[in-house]
Amino acid sequence: MKVSFTLNSETRWLECQPNQTLLHALREQLGVKSPKCGCERGDCGTCTILLDGKSIKSCLVLACEVEGCEITTLEGLMQSGLTPLQKAFLDQNAFQCGFCAPGMVIAATELLEHNSSPNRGEIEEALAGNLCRCTGYAPIIDAVLDLVDNGGK
Amino acid sequence: MSNYKYIGKSAVRVDGKAKITGAAQFVDDLDFGPDLLYAAVVESPHAYAIIQKINTKKAKELPGVVKVVTGKEFPYRFGLYMHDRYIFAQDRVRFVGEQVAAVIANDPATALKAARLVEVKYKKLKPLLNVGDALQQQGVDRVHPDLANYFHVPWFYPKKDSNIAHFRKIRRGDVGEGFGDADLVYEDNYVVPRYAHCAIENHAAVGKLDHDGRLTLWTASQSPHTQRHLFAEALAPLGFTHQNVRVITPFVGGGFGGKAGVTMEIVAAALATTVPGRPVKLLWSREQEFYNTYQRQGVEASIKVGVKNDGTITTLEQTLLWDAGAYVEYGANVVNAAGLSATGPYRIPNVKIDSVCVYTNLPPGGPYRGFGYSEFIFGLESHFNQIAKQLGMDQVEFRRKNAIRAGDQLAYGAPMHANGLLEAIDRVKQEIAWDTPKEIPSDSSKVRGRGFSLFWKAPAMPPNASSTAFLKFNEDASINIMVSGMEIGQGYLTVMAQIAAEVLGVPPEKIRVESPDTDRNPYEWQTVASHITWSCGNAVKRAAEDARDQIVDLIENVLEMPRDDIYLENCQVRSKIEPDFALDFTEFIINGLMLPDGSWRGGPIVGRGMFMPEFTSALSDPETGQGGKPNVHYTVGASAIEIEIDRDTGKITIPKVVLAIDCGQALNPDLVKGQITGGMLQGLATVLYEDMRFDDQGRLLNPNFTDYKIPTSLDTPDQIVPIIVEVPQGDGPFGARGMGEHTMIPAAPLIANALYDALGVRVKSMPITAEKIVAELIN
Ligand code: FES
Ligand code: FES
Repeated sequence: MKVSFTLNSETRWLECQPNQTLLHALREQLGVKSPKCGCERGDCGTCTILLDGKSIKSCLVLACEVEGCEITTLEGLMQSGLTPLQKAFLDQNAFQCGFCAPGMVIAATELLEHNSSPNRGEIEEALAGNLCRCTGYAPIIDAVLDLVDNGGK
Repeated sequence: MSNYKYIGKSAVRVDGKAKITGAAQFVDDLDFGPDLLYAAVVESPHAYAIIQKINTKKAKELPGVVKVVTGKEFPYRFGLYMHDRYIFAQDRVRFVGEQVAAVIANDPATALKAARLVEVKYKKLKPLLNVGDALQQQGVDRVHPDLANYFHVPWFYPKKDSNIAHFRKIRRGDVGEGFGDADLVYEDNYVVPRYAHCAIENHAAVGKLDHDGRLTLWTASQSPHTQRHLFAEALAPLGFTHQNVRVITPFVGGGFGGKAGVTMEIVAAALATTVPGRPVKLLWSREQEFYNTYQRQGVEASIKVGVKNDGTITTLEQTLLWDAGAYVEYGANVVNAAGLSATGPYRIPNVKIDSVCVYTNLPPGGPYRGFGYSEFIFGLESHFNQIAKQLGMDQVEFRRKNAIRAGDQLAYGAPMHANGLLEAIDRVKQEIAWDTPKEIPSDSSKVRGRGFSLFWKAPAMPPNASSTAFLKFNEDASINIMVSGMEIGQGYLTVMAQIAAEVLGVPPEKIRVESPDTDRNPYEWQTVASHITWSCGNAVKRAAEDARDQIVDLIENVLEMPRDDIYLENCQVRSKIEPDFALDFTEFIINGLMLPDGSWRGGPIVGRGMFMPEFTSALSDPETGQGGKPNVHYTVGASAIEIEIDRDTGKITIPKVVLAIDCGQALNPDLVKGQITGGMLQGLATVLYEDMRFDDQGRLLNPNFTDYKIPTSLDTPDQIVPIIVEVPQGDGPFGARGMGEHTMIPAAPLIANALYDALGVRVKSMPITAEKIVAELIN
């Protein structure tokens, strides 16, 4: 079946099988590789993207469900360079292997869009669906907090 | 204080931008074009069975299937330290999930579907699912009836007609006398189960055999050169040698030992040889990640310690029985390493250690961050806590009194080197405010406890494990460094750049460190053992020094400046006596310098560096373990924790944990702290909730993140305080030694000891879940 939608501000369409996940369609058919596949069952969050502004796990959404939707992946956040959040992550060496980073950046971006000054607990809550095995989360959380303390700059 | 410009500074990671923008490519992100084939494996449903017949007819007939491959086509064994693992199971399957056959198809769904159509007839055997049963079984149905014929390294001692793949003995002093001298002899047993690495990226491999006979593998690996070697070795009967096997390793999404050596990648290598000209991709699912890579081995420890009333340890007798799983080609060396070092960082004159590697019909054991040390430290540090208690001695004082010092004899006889263990103990003790009373929680159902633990670890590696580096300048004075260590998150690329930067006066931002392609980058043993900063760091430093010497030679010869006056800074040659002299690297670094007669000297500057420790030896007396020098050095440290337990629910929260580690010289303190924060949480998870469950047929019941819980952002301690101790490693780059694995080693006894402090309950088996705590309290 054919579906069309907006992907990172561009109109795109694809031909998909009814059982195909959005994650698979993005990666294999559209060549958008920032969402990663770590579990394919909603546990790890590496496939996190924004669907109509909400962060979702793209391994749990079927490609045929996104007709007319607006999809943003990490690639789409950088249309005018690194975001302040990305800069904060970079400056603080927030990631190690980086496999979780695309999903984590998306989840944190969504949080900051709804809450410009989250506290530690709110950040922990917002990132709880994104697993990171390397960092112990502290540097990721600290980078978000620092950004908040610096007024989002 | 040193006056380094780049060393010891928290430089921003050179790979940071690639990672936060998604530019970093992992194996599954690489594009192989529409020609790409997909493979799926047929897995054994039984823990132990004889394969009677395989029928591939139905699978072959499915449209879209290109090839069905079974063990018949690849009757080869492979392995790192012992050749006991098969590319595909041959006559027997030895664990649930083992690959029996594989299907190659045009798309992943067809491959999976066809794999289910392969019919395998098995005759079930009685699986050996624990060490006790495995040690009993000496008949023909032991796990490897052919063990006696397997190649293995000279420092392994398999036992004939048994399931014992390796028996490491350490005998030092006189244990009988030691116990005789003791005022107190204390014995107990401790159990540590299996664990999973849970790197967030699953294993992935793509193989392609070109029509000209070159086999290339793209793998998610910590060990590109070792993989090439093992592929070439295993596929030698098909005519492959190192010349026509190539391994390319892009970014890796976490390793923790799980991507060391070779596991599923050899299947991709074998499959690629059956479809020349076309790339074939094999991706492990999260489930397979759990049961068909490596698992951390379980261990049963029996510990008997003799002490004097003043707290002096006279004797240690320890037996470690390891549930090593179906294949031990890597795991047997974990057993070996633990055996050599199971005294912990303590001075003990009389020692008897048996570390025994036992085959079972559970998934293969193997390397996992900590490499056996986390496992024995749980028992040992729990045990010492109880002994201090019985002696009525402060447990930190007890540890400090017996802590190993420079010059003390190690269990295998060689002397211990200079180290900062005492400083680590003192600083941790102060930071956790050991001598001040704990806070009393306002909620009366809660209670606080403190725990303390020392830790240590040496790299476990062959005595001749080496690292090499090439370094080349570009026209703009930027540098490419070619090495074959792997960036698995630890910050290796950044630290290598900092090392070269320091030697050559070129800022790290101008240095690219290139991920390996075994045909382009020089040799590296593996990125394991926390040895890469030390070993490859030395190679990079030597490559940079080689390049620096060439620059200095050129300047001396052409400009006639005394070489001792020359130094390099900010991509310029400077002079100590002529402050105005500054020659940009860009003026000569590729094209050299012109002489008055118009001819040129110099040319492109290219450095090479190699490091192999020449002072180690794995040869020792098999009966005592004495005589060799198997370990290059130990990294030591101390750690303490404060926990709060809810008596009603058993739930533990962690207000504070402190870890001090002597890393010789922190090349990048921020990255050292990153290892401490990440490693500590990984360690805490093993003791608090990670829990593998097998059924009575050897099937793993929870191979996913829903049922095998790893920490989320909600599970972090309130505060982790990293403390860096720096007693330089004489043979390390700028004095550095490794510290990546160590940070998770003390976590389990910390919790056990803090629990004891809070409630007087000693839990002797991991994990120490809330459920277990409540059960103990009810009893
Ligand atoms: S791949 Fe989607 S949550 Fe893990
Ligand atoms: S940085 Fe490796 S999983 Fe998060």
